[in-house]
Amino acid sequence: MIQADLTVILPEIILAIYAMVALIGAVYTSKDGLGPLLVWTTAGLMALLAFGIATQGGGTREAFGGMFVDDGFARFAKVAILLSAASVLLMSQDYMARRGLLRFEYPLLVALSAVGMMMMVSAGDLMSLYMGLELQSLALYVVAALRRDSAKSTEAGLKYFVLGALSSGLLLYGASLIYGFSGTTLFSGIIQTAQAGEVSLGLLFGLIFLISGLAFKVSAVPFHMWTPDVYEGSPTPITAFFATAPKVAAMGLFARVLHDAFGAAVADWQQVIVLLSVLSMFLGAIAAIGQRDIKRLMAFSSIAHMGYALIGLAAGTELGVKSMLMYLAIYVTMNVGTFAFILMMERDGQPVTDIDALRQYSRRDPGKALAVLILMFSLAGVPPMLGFFAKFGVWQAGVDAGLTGLVVASAIASAIGAFYYLRIVFYMYFGEENEDPIETRSSPVLWGALMGSAALMLIGVFYQFGVEGAAAAAAATLVN
Amino acid sequence: MDNILSIVTFIPALAALILALFLRGEDAAAQRNAKWVALFATTVTFLVSIGIYTGFDPSNTGFQMVEEGEWLMGLKYKMGVDGISILFILLTTFIMPLTILASWQVTDRVKDYMIAFLLLETLMLGVFMALDLVLFYLFFEAGLIPMFLIIGIWGGKDRIYASFKFFLYTFLGSVLMLVAMVAMYADAGTTDIEALMTHQFSSESFSVLGIYIVGGMQTLMFLAFFASFAVKMPMWPVHTWLPDAHVQAPTAGSVVLAAILLKMGGYGFLRFSLPMFPVGSAVMTDLVLWMSAIAVVYTSLVALVQEDMKKLIAYSSVAHMGFVTMGIFAANQQGIDGAIFQMLSHGFISAALFLIVGVIYDRMHTRDIEAYGGLVNRMPAYALVFMLFTMANVGLPGTSGFVGEFLTLMGAFQVNTWVTAVAASGVIFSAAYALWLYRRVVFGDLIKESLKSITDMSSRERAIFAPLVVMTILLGVYPSLVTDVIGNSTAALISNYDMALAAAEAATQVASH
Repeated sequence: MIQADLTVILPEIILAIYAMVALIGAVYTSKDGLGPLLVWTTAGLMALLAFGIATQGGGTREAFGGMFVDDGFARFAKVAILLSAASVLLMSQDYMARRGLLRFEYPLLVALSAVGMMMMVSAGDLMSLYMGLELQSLALYVVAALRRDSAKSTEAGLKYFVLGALSSGLLLYGASLIYGFSGTTLFSGIIQTAQAGEVSLGLLFGLIFLISGLAFKVSAVPFHMWTPDVYEGSPTPITAFFATAPKVAAMGLFARVLHDAFGAAVADWQQVIVLLSVLSMFLGAIAAIGQRDIKRLMAFSSIAHMGYALIGLAAGTELGVKSMLMYLAIYVTMNVGTFAFILMMERDGQPVTDIDALRQYSRRDPGKALAVLILMFSLAGVPPMLGFFAKFGVWQAGVDAGLTGLVVASAIASAIGAFYYLRIVFYMYFGEENEDPIETRSSPVLWGALMGSAALMLIGVFYQFGVEGAAAAAAATLVN
Repeated sequence: MDNILSIVTFIPALAALILALFLRGEDAAAQRNAKWVALFATTVTFLVSIGIYTGFDPSNTGFQMVEEGEWLMGLKYKMGVDGISILFILLTTFIMPLTILASWQVTDRVKDYMIAFLLLETLMLGVFMALDLVLFYLFFEAGLIPMFLIIGIWGGKDRIYASFKFFLYTFLGSVLMLVAMVAMYADAGTTDIEALMTHQFSSESFSVLGIYIVGGMQTLMFLAFFASFAVKMPMWPVHTWLPDAHVQAPTAGSVVLAAILLKMGGYGFLRFSLPMFPVGSAVMTDLVLWMSAIAVVYTSLVALVQEDMKKLIAYSSVAHMGFVTMGIFAANQQGIDGAIFQMLSHGFISAALFLIVGVIYDRMHTRDIEAYGGLVNRMPAYALVFMLFTMANVGLPGTSGFVGEFLTLMGAFQVNTWVTAVAASGVIFSAAYALWLYRRVVFGDLIKESLKSITDMSSRERAIFAPLVVMTILLGVYPSLVTDVIGNSTAALISNYDMALAAAEAATQVASH
């Protein structure tokens, strides 16, 4: 019996055991000297696991009495999480090593938070949901404060921790209310209560608290306040990590809870998600206009992008979940490329994050400038880049579900948001010459990530490597 | 050749790719190579596109040479031409080699410049051929990127303001159109333009937020498309981006903008608004007609007081586009034929006028009308060409400008006499500003010291103008060259439009009884 359960969570167990063994091994041996090696082994293991999960085949399996679900949806999200975490890890190696930040704990903390994320998207119960979420968050709090001698980094970690604890509290309170009014923590039990009749006021209250907690994790407005500061304060590789894998995990968990546990009460949560989505899109688009720091700018950009992804969730349909998954996959690819470029930006060995420094960059390095141009237009959602198809997908789902007002609002927000992506292109291509230009030091990994992600934005228009089919299958298993 | 349309569309993109991958360096040889590759590619495109023209059957009103293939997300890659689009395709392929020739003096980032123009050609051709909504949108929007860079990198002093204004104005209009496209997809279940033309979108009136909307969904969709096409056109009062963009863009950029990009709005009205939302179009007709009439008069008056030559011609473009929208929304044979004719003829004339400004700008580096005068003494050939296109711009009989204006006015007269009367007065204003411009620049004594050594047009410049002169006069004296090709398609468009309106009328009457 237990053996069958264990095979279902095998990938998580492997990663967790690896992290613990490597931790002990590193403590007893050369400590930080192992850092670079651990980065490569961790990334390699994640890639292997992603490959294993992707080729594992269909079917829905449950473990531990339904607390852990392994279905197409979970597999899609896990592959996206593992691949993005692995690529961000590899990208960070050079940056961290040169700044003395490559401690052996870093890759292992990332691995542990990946375990938490995998747990989140597979959760079938409020308890396992919370377990996954906390494991993920605790690891992230620590990596945010990894640069111990920097006040900003420490501030970022602390801010993230305090606000994260608050959101966990909200979430737990909601979970307890839901348990109280439905008598079970299992999603399959909750949905039966909701199906049986009217959703009681208590259950609804619990749901709202739960949504608030989760909205904090995806940094949807009005629970976004931590995002710009944490993005700015953390070391850049950590910021890249924040912008990718955890977003997929949190959105996956969001979809999981709303469909598996409250799929019978779409009308009750739809309006809340619509509100979160509209606010996020507009705040993300407008607040980013004033930013000069590219990391803060990307923080607001990610807030806006989560708003668009939430449209897919708000639709409450299979098409909606599919478009949301596509959106996340494309979003993560774009962000990996963009952060690869941000990691390259430096002057005299010091990282530079001021977008002013990009003036006339295209003259010095036309190849990379072109790649960034493609990524920026893709982030703005201008065709023919893949970012446009991501937006098209969620809008299609939104209109299909009768949310035309939301879609019109998001169209206006995307036109406003185009401005700040254009400004980066403007600095690179036709800004005034800068007396103090930046150098972009590029390791092969960074170069590959930037060029690869830009190329994918164009190739994806013709061929999607089966991602679309996988997203459709994943959505079908979640919504039925 | 079964896929001649794709071949024509992607030859320039292929050339751009070759330039991007294989051409290295910024020395004189590399610059020369980039120019020749671009010129060669655009010329080949033009020659191949003649194959589309010869293979086209004007008596067939459906889409011809259709290519179809699967694409992502349930969308289709579908291209085709009909009588409405074919001449725009030829206009594009005809103008592009001339713009490359006109850019021979560019020295800054020549390779990037040529790549931008070649990509732009591919995207513009795609717009006129796409038979799938999203494919259309893709080409339509993507064209903003190279144009944004062309204005921004190679533009004049205030290029940054102009490029941002250009991009954001058109982008905001377009995303609203995209929302309507998504709604159409949700309603009809397809993005195939051919299928959507026969699909009846609901025209039942309803209220949104307390506002009663006559024509219901069709009117809303019409407005969403209108937001995009009116900006692109551009129509008064959303035309303000155009003078800025024109003034700041390099000469070749202005030529492409005026000759081809502006035509996308008019093409969009004919391809989408009239056939797909007939009731919505009918509801909005009066408003659009009046907006057109105001555009003709108002922008002509604004043109009269300009001190910058390019700005003057830009405003004159807006006025001429006013005739186009007036013709389209007259929705009768003369009106629509005239509108298409006017767009083509404006393609040649405005291109020539911007090139004319470019000729003296290259020599004197100023566009102020004040800085010139008496050019006829040193530049007789230039004066002659300028004279011809000034007259064509005014609409002198015997030039193509006359036919378009006359047909659109005739079409509109049958629908709304007052609008026509107002718009007709614009013809007089256009004579005023164009002739006055000509007088101030070309005639008078050559008293300015700086102009004493100005040289007449070089043979390269004469070669650029020759085809434009030929086309302007040819279309002026033999307009059936155009009307024979488009006639059947526009007749079919109009009869479908009238039938759809009659059906909707009948449906409302049944409902009210």
